[in-house]
Amino acid sequence: MRFSAVVEVSGLEGIADPEGQTIERALPALGFEQIWHVRVGKLFRFELEAADEQAARERCDELCRRLLANPVIEQYSAVVTAASR
Amino acid sequence: MTRLAVVVFPGSNCEHDVVEGLARVGIESRLVWHGESSLGDVDGVVLPGGFAHGDYLRPGAIARFSPVMKAVGEAAHDGAPVVGICNGFQVLTEAGLLPGALRRNAGLRFLCRTTRCRVATNRSVLTRACTAGEVLELPINHNEGNFTCDETTLQRLYERDQIVLTYEDNPNGSLADIAGICNEAGNVVGLMPHPERASSELLGSLDGIGLLASLAS
Repeated sequence: MRFSAVVEVSGLEGIADPEGQTIERALPALGFEQIWHVRVGKLFRFELEAADEQAARERCDELCRRLLANPVIEQYSAVVTAASR
Repeated sequence: MTRLAVVVFPGSNCEHDVVEGLARVGIESRLVWHGESSLGDVDGVVLPGGFAHGDYLRPGAIARFSPVMKAVGEAAHDGAPVVGICNGFQVLTEAGLLPGALRRNAGLRFLCRTTRCRVATNRSVLTRACTAGEVLELPINHNEGNFTCDETTLQRLYERDQIVLTYEDNPNGSLADIAGICNEAGNVVGLMPHPERASSELLGSLDGIGLLASLAS
């Protein structure tokens, strides 16, 4: 079966995100008030083949742990769904 | 005579500087393409600076899967000198051969300047010809040199004398001013400054000579 995955990788909570902080500081100058906790991350979309949804999630999870995210500094969340064809 | 391998990834750009720097201290070295499965007949290996695989995803994240990294891991395990300079340091942390990670510089700027670095320990393969406490003028040239790790790991780095070099004037936000670390055995060393760029009077500093010469002893 073919599945679609969307993976979001972002810095671990508690680890400074200077890029997010810089964007947040710039917001008032652009007229965007009352916006807080800006964090910058990465988004990955891909398709994968697996026997069933459980297997697809496990493959995706391994990919995230071994490559897409560095667990020392990053966390990830993945959404895996059956691909519409 | 000591013989070292210098690994070339697609995007490495300091390999010839490293070969020349090593030659100045009497170390012969050979370039080894990242697709090779063996380092050849050498005593140790250097991962040079640059932008392996374009630094895509994260610096070092893809390079750690290069075929040659299996041989690098074996050399590390066997106690041979394994040194990662700049991008090479990033590769070693991504490969899990050194703890921690290197994040984007705190000021979000690429830094290219001379820094003053203190030799924190001389028990590593890269500092054994140096004196602990001496201060070296070494160039840095990086965007992701901001070393970080969790508190437990930092504690272990202190307890096991694994902090090799520290910045006198922290340029990038690095935790505990760390410029370079080693593994517990001291044979795997990663550092952000470039000793090979401080190995000739023409380059403005000779302070990298002691580091490079350490690899010969």
